[in-house]
Amino acid sequence: MIRLENVHKAFGDNKVLQGMTLEIPKGSSMVIIGGSGTGKSVALKSILGLIKPDSGEILVDGKPADSGDRDAFLARFGMLFQGAALFDSLPVWQNVAFRLLRGSLKRPVEEAREIAIEKLRRVGLKADVADRLPAELSGGMQKRVGLARAIAAEPEIIFFDEPTTGLDPIMSGVINDLIREIVVEMGATAMTITHDMTSVRAIADNVAMLHAGVIQWTGPVAEMDQSGDPYMEQFIHGRAEGPIEAVR
Amino acid sequence: MSHPSPLSPLALLARLGQMVLGALGAVGRVAIFGLSTFSHMVRPPYYPREVLNALLQVGWLSLPVVGLTAIFTGGALALQIYAGGARFNAEAVVPQIVAIGMVRELGPVLVGLMIAARVTSSIAAEIATMKVTEQIDALVTLSTHPMKYLVAPRVLAALLTVPVLVGVGDIIGIMGGYVVATQNLGFNPAAYLKNTVDFLEARDIISSLVKGAAFGTIAATMGCYYGMQSGRGAQGVGRATKGSVEAAAVLILAANFVLTGVFFSL
Ligand SMILES: Nc1ncnc2c1ncn2[C@@H]1O[C@H](COP(=O)(O)OP(=O)(O)O)[C@@H](O)[C@H]1O
Ligand SMILES: [Mg+2]
Repeated sequence: MIRLENVHKAFGDNKVLQGMTLEIPKGSSMVIIGGSGTGKSVALKSILGLIKPDSGEILVDGKPADSGDRDAFLARFGMLFQGAALFDSLPVWQNVAFRLLRGSLKRPVEEAREIAIEKLRRVGLKADVADRLPAELSGGMQKRVGLARAIAAEPEIIFFDEPTTGLDPIMSGVINDLIREIVVEMGATAMTITHDMTSVRAIADNVAMLHAGVIQWTGPVAEMDQSGDPYMEQFIHGRAEGPIEAVR
Repeated sequence: MSHPSPLSPLALLARLGQMVLGALGAVGRVAIFGLSTFSHMVRPPYYPREVLNALLQVGWLSLPVVGLTAIFTGGALALQIYAGGARFNAEAVVPQIVAIGMVRELGPVLVGLMIAARVTSSIAAEIATMKVTEQIDALVTLSTHPMKYLVAPRVLAALLTVPVLVGVGDIIGIMGGYVVATQNLGFNPAAYLKNTVDFLEARDIISSLVKGAAFGTIAATMGCYYGMQSGRGAQGVGRATKGSVEAAAVLILAANFVLTGVFFSL
């Protein structure tokens, strides 16, 4: 279980998180929605310890995220970054198998490569991309390689930062199914950021909306349409008119 | 609240104080970064493949530029000493002065500066780009410490290879002087070489190599430091690259002054 308790984070005078509180039950899929620039990525990075919150508490299984053995902590996580963040000096398969080629999860090269190719196939990429360099791939393909890397070591907790942005509708469907599968079959806990309402309905057990630095609304995906929350309604229906300003 | 005029003595003093404090803070941060680099260098896990790659990039691929720099400098030095020496009938000292000038001073300094131009800039740009594109964050989430995986191998490679590059530069520089002196200035080849070898002392050569190790360490460390500190966006990468080369060049020249003092005036 992951719990954020009254988390604050500002960059200079840019107050991003202003008391975010959210709970993600173990083995569930939480989707975070919200306008761009509201701090969704910052929230995920704060849980991973990549960004240090100014105040508030982040608990993973009841323990503060920044306590204890950091390697063991990180080994439980997989993360797909918004910009894919592939290592451009390494071929695709070594990106995917990065964790399997070094450190505590190290295994023979042949085996690591096989796993990488299998994961690439799961995100809809053929084996022949394995030996290409990330710079030779389109944005959507890079995103999927990033996804393959995030799931390669079969982590317990997986974060997806805009997994379907830049993908065509068919590929988005493939990725949505994959994320759902990972949660159901592997029992992983997932946190996904997306703007795509189709994805939300396909992936989420629970939905949370981040606005103005706090969670405006959270609840099961089935209740999303009857939330009665004007922010949610505006976002779901993509209206320019409403409490969320179009210019931010 | 009224601010004092920006030109009042007090305001100038305050600005000066701020600059000094800022500079001291920067020295402290670089020192901590350097110490942390060494502590990561000696503790496992090690990344031999990264070290090999860095050895290739920093050492082997720098050879052409080092060789060219050294040969032209050695040649020019021979011409200068000959012309200058002629003013007081001391043309004969060309081999000795070229040897001592290259080995003690020009070899290490010029190689150090070329490394700052070639290696520091590329390290800073590469690491800064990785920072800006979240690759450093990705490394961390993949349980790989950027100091160990990116910084330590590059600094270690520079520490090991730049002394070798300096040694090569010294030799090529002396050869440049030799070629000019024997082809254009009428020196006897065998006598030129004998004069060079007889004149150089072990201390000259040791100082040259020690300077190389120090300058290499400075060059790679500044590239890594500025890269890791890079701001956001393309502008951040540009600033990091520029800052790293400036800092490396100035620090190399300052370290050269200090090391020359240590070796030759104590
Ligand atoms: N490392 C950083 N330094 C300064 N500002 C940042 C940093 N990371 C994010 N921000 C700012 O925080 C705000 C939220 O960013 P982000 O979490 O990426 O938004 P999004 O909700 O679209 O993912 C933005 O205004 C962004 O400029
Ligand atoms: Mg984002």
